[in-house]
Amino acid sequence: MYSFSPIQDNFSALEVVVIGVSAGGMSVLSEIFQQLRPDFRLPLLIVQHLHPHQGNFHIEYFSEIAPIPVQEMEEKQPIHPARIYFAPANYHALIESDKTFALSVDEKVNYARPSIDVLFETASEVFQHHLLGIILTGANRDGAKGLRQIADFGGITIVQDPDTAQFAAMPQFALEATPSSQALNLSEIVVFLNSIHPKLSNLSKYW
Amino acid sequence: MTKTEEIEINLLLDAIYRKYGYDFRNYARASLKRRIQNCILRAEVNSVSALIPLILHDKDFFSEVLVQFSVPVTEMFRDPIFYHAFRLQVIPYLQTYPFIKIWHAGCATGEEVYSFAIMLKEEGLYDRTTIFATDFNEEALNTAKEGIYRLANVKYYTNNYQKAGGKSTFSDYYYAGGYDSVIMDASLKKNVTFAHHNLVSDGVFGEMHLILCRNVLIYFDKQLQNRVLNLFRNSLIRKGFLCLGTCESLQFSSVENAFEEIEPEYKIYRLS
Ligand SMILES: C[S@@+](CC[C@H](N)C(=O)[O-])C[C@H]1O[C@@H](n2cnc3c(N)ncnc32)[C@H](O)[C@@H]1O
Repeated sequence: MYSFSPIQDNFSALEVVVIGVSAGGMSVLSEIFQQLRPDFRLPLLIVQHLHPHQGNFHIEYFSEIAPIPVQEMEEKQPIHPARIYFAPANYHALIESDKTFALSVDEKVNYARPSIDVLFETASEVFQHHLLGIILTGANRDGAKGLRQIADFGGITIVQDPDTAQFAAMPQFALEATPSSQALNLSEIVVFLNSIHPKLSNLSKYW
Repeated sequence: MTKTEEIEINLLLDAIYRKYGYDFRNYARASLKRRIQNCILRAEVNSVSALIPLILHDKDFFSEVLVQFSVPVTEMFRDPIFYHAFRLQVIPYLQTYPFIKIWHAGCATGEEVYSFAIMLKEEGLYDRTTIFATDFNEEALNTAKEGIYRLANVKYYTNNYQKAGGKSTFSDYYYAGGYDSVIMDASLKKNVTFAHHNLVSDGVFGEMHLILCRNVLIYFDKQLQNRVLNLFRNSLIRKGFLCLGTCESLQFSSVENAFEEIEPEYKIYRLS
């Protein structure tokens, strides 16, 4: 069970959620999207490790099951609330200080492009303590450094409990890098997401 | 980005511009900043400002920084479906011209140039084509001229070649170099001129039938993107083609209305 204290009145400071997921990603993301509240307001920015020639299948598939729109991140476009964004295959996704998306084909990081660390690190610099970072199942160590940086900047960090993840390595590395993270199973993560009540004033400040 | 760091980065870019004429002031900041951080690590200093004296007083150090800033990351037949679409949508038009001029802007280490040369050969167009391949990274241009690539990548490239609609076998176009490299067939670069050209500060390249500038504009801010897109418009013949990277687009740009979309998904455009 999770042990956040309710001091932050339902985490109303949160503005953005970033999620990193690798091997085993399709099924955990499906489960999360299926149970997400239809009035979920925050943008969810996701790096999922995929084959570089992966087409749009996953976007179409997730659009069918998610209660809010699902799309790829587009270069220089602003982040809108109540949307799920995926980093495009074979590009790193970054956040600019004006809260728009940037893409790059820089070298792979942790053998990955898109890399979870790249999104998490750039997002944490922009959103600071308004950011929630989540690491889900995966078989590599991408995301550990980025999650750590989110915590260092005052954001909230959650890791899928390695004992319950299909692939434990990625959550394990993330927990080692950021021991203060909450280790939650999938349904607890969903409960947590659905309990976030962003201050509308917070959202409109940016969009 | 903290305010101080932003000031430091602006000072650094100013110093580079004033001393060496390379203008990175309108590059997209988030990724540029990551590369500046890499420079800090490599130089073993502890702030952005500390790079400035090194850059000003040590030309060799600046050359390394320039390579860091340039991101010459590329591959053969990158986005194979783009090549597939190009064969179907653009080749038939190119076939109607008695001679063809092509510009690869930001060609990096040349893989895209050789990929196109192979496709043009297979479509029977190579012999009437003149190709200009430009970049501002001299080191990358030298690799491009040599046409020597890592053997370890060949399997992946062969796969790309096939998905791109290759009509022969990829191994027809290279031979073994050392034990870990391959050399591209010299006939592929017969009609290619590799040249230094800076998209920020250099001028038009005349009368092109086709310009490819893939995965370069993502590194620029909007203002610089518009400047470069204008340069392309002025370098194309009427009805000339422009190909961008799969995540780049003319949408919201200042030249949006000057072009028609031929293949929106693969970012193939044609000047009206
Ligand atoms: C990521 S590579 C793209 C290579 C190739 N077009 C592809 O898509 O695979 C980007 C290239 O753009 C070049 N570049 C960046 N800024 C430039 C400028 N101002 N003028 C010319 N080339 C530039 C870099 O040196 C680098 O080689």
